[in-house]
Amino acid sequence: MVKKGEWVLIHRNVLEPSERAPQVPDDTKKVPLELWVKGYLQEDANIGDEVTVLTRTKRIEKGTLLEVNPYYKHDFGKFVPELITISDQVKEIVFGGADNE
Amino acid sequence: MSKDMSYAAVMARRPEIMKNSAGLDFSKFESGSIAFDYERMMKEAGFTIEEIQKIQSEHGVGNTPIIELRNLTALARKIAPQGKGARIFIKDEASNASGSFKARRASTAVYQAKKLGYKGVVTATSGNYGAAVASQAAMHGLKCIVVQECYDSRGVGQPEIIEKARKCEALGAEVVQLSVGPELFYTFLTILEETGYFNASLYTPYAIAGVETLGYEIAMQFREKFGKDPEVVIATNAGGGNLTGTARGLRKAGAQSKVFAASVDLSGLHMASDTQFNKKSFTTGHTGFGMPFSTWPDRSDVPRSAARPLRYIERYLTVHQGEVFYITEALASLEGLEKGPAGNTALTAAFALAQELDQDEMIVVQETEYTGAGKHIQPQLSFARENGIEIKFGDPKDEVPGKNIILPSHPSLIKANDADLVHMRKSLIKNALANYNVRPTEADLEFLAKETNSDLEFVKKAIAEL
Repeated sequence: MVKKGEWVLIHRNVLEPSERAPQVPDDTKKVPLELWVKGYLQEDANIGDEVTVLTRTKRIEKGTLLEVNPYYKHDFGKFVPELITISDQVKEIVFGGADNE
Repeated sequence: MSKDMSYAAVMARRPEIMKNSAGLDFSKFESGSIAFDYERMMKEAGFTIEEIQKIQSEHGVGNTPIIELRNLTALARKIAPQGKGARIFIKDEASNASGSFKARRASTAVYQAKKLGYKGVVTATSGNYGAAVASQAAMHGLKCIVVQECYDSRGVGQPEIIEKARKCEALGAEVVQLSVGPELFYTFLTILEETGYFNASLYTPYAIAGVETLGYEIAMQFREKFGKDPEVVIATNAGGGNLTGTARGLRKAGAQSKVFAASVDLSGLHMASDTQFNKKSFTTGHTGFGMPFSTWPDRSDVPRSAARPLRYIERYLTVHQGEVFYITEALASLEGLEKGPAGNTALTAAFALAQELDQDEMIVVQETEYTGAGKHIQPQLSFARENGIEIKFGDPKDEVPGKNIILPSHPSLIKANDADLVHMRKSLIKNALANYNVRPTEADLEFLAKETNSDLEFVKKAIAEL
């Protein structure tokens, strides 16, 4: 159970595939236009329930409850060895040679 | 009675919503045909350089340092013909309040919103402009909503865009995230209509006037340090506002510097495609925005865009994704500067261009941006690899956007390719005629000559060829 007043992430479909704009490419037309927004939960609910939230600008938004206290998970990614190779190469060209050994 | 919120109904209310949210009646600049009075719009709705300098200096924006990239220049000279290898400089726009030049654009837009009495601002952007508006709104005590295109239908988001959402929220904004599609504009309109907030568009005269100080500062800084204007200023180009504002600022300073555009070549990828959304490693500064916005500026979110880059571009250089990654790494390794991807597109073009110019000539890359988790070459390349993009060393000219990223096996393989400006000018003329569907008046022909930085003869010939 998620309590009223908790900070949550919700999701809803803005446009179903049949409602999408005429100029949209075919692959995009097959899927809905989806929206994610965060806010304070307006009633006790469970994950997956249809809920109402009050956003940072005090707007009311409705959607499916996805997460409580949502947080960012982006990072610096996995190591890309090619970047070290480039670093070595440019340093060698500019500063390299016997004088620097 | 509740309003009809269908796509067609909301789009039909667009003119009314835009008028209420822009604080500006664009109709007074219209001729009733293709032409409109661009300079009058910039004069009446913009600000003077002095006014902008005051607004910006009070809000953590502007007066950013110029840094000479001596080691990157040295690298260019190692591979350039004898006597060639112009000096390369960057204007460190990452030191603006929100971490990019977009703070300039937001400073004037948000100032105007506050002055006109709006309670909040809304902006539709997946880029640095969101954080810029959020930052300026925080300073002015205004509410802020940023509408972003962020995820594909699998719910996978571009790491760079997710980082920008984080920054907007950190600065107090509400972020509305959407899946791929041009109907972002529909959602944007519904929020403007619901809230009655100001449309802090990237393309209003206020926003573009805010960038004029960037060009103006370059001229002043170079005159003070070197006693002359730089020969070339290169701007990474997407929607055209960066380049337009910078070029106008240079002109206001009386500078003779040439203004070049640079974009990452993403030809072949469709920008509104759900399946191709995460196949690209650049979220902006690429040809997917640069070409359509240059050849038809009024596709933006205001009736008349103040960003009209073809009026100012003297050369349009394209580079490959792999080349930009290489130069970004070189910037960190040779200059000790870790910067985000945006300005490095122009820097890559500058590196190639320097090898054409003499050693006493100077090239300025007019922006840098902040870097961090998601917004850095390491996560960009890592994300590309996870999305099935092949990353390898080779000759970047063999790169196919959406299939591979080819890192140059040697810096001598980094080349800037000239886009066909004549073709782009003709496209703009064709688009203007198609959009207005009128027989062009004399005023229209003169307007199109200015729009394309050409002359009446060129415009007439282009129309005759249609």
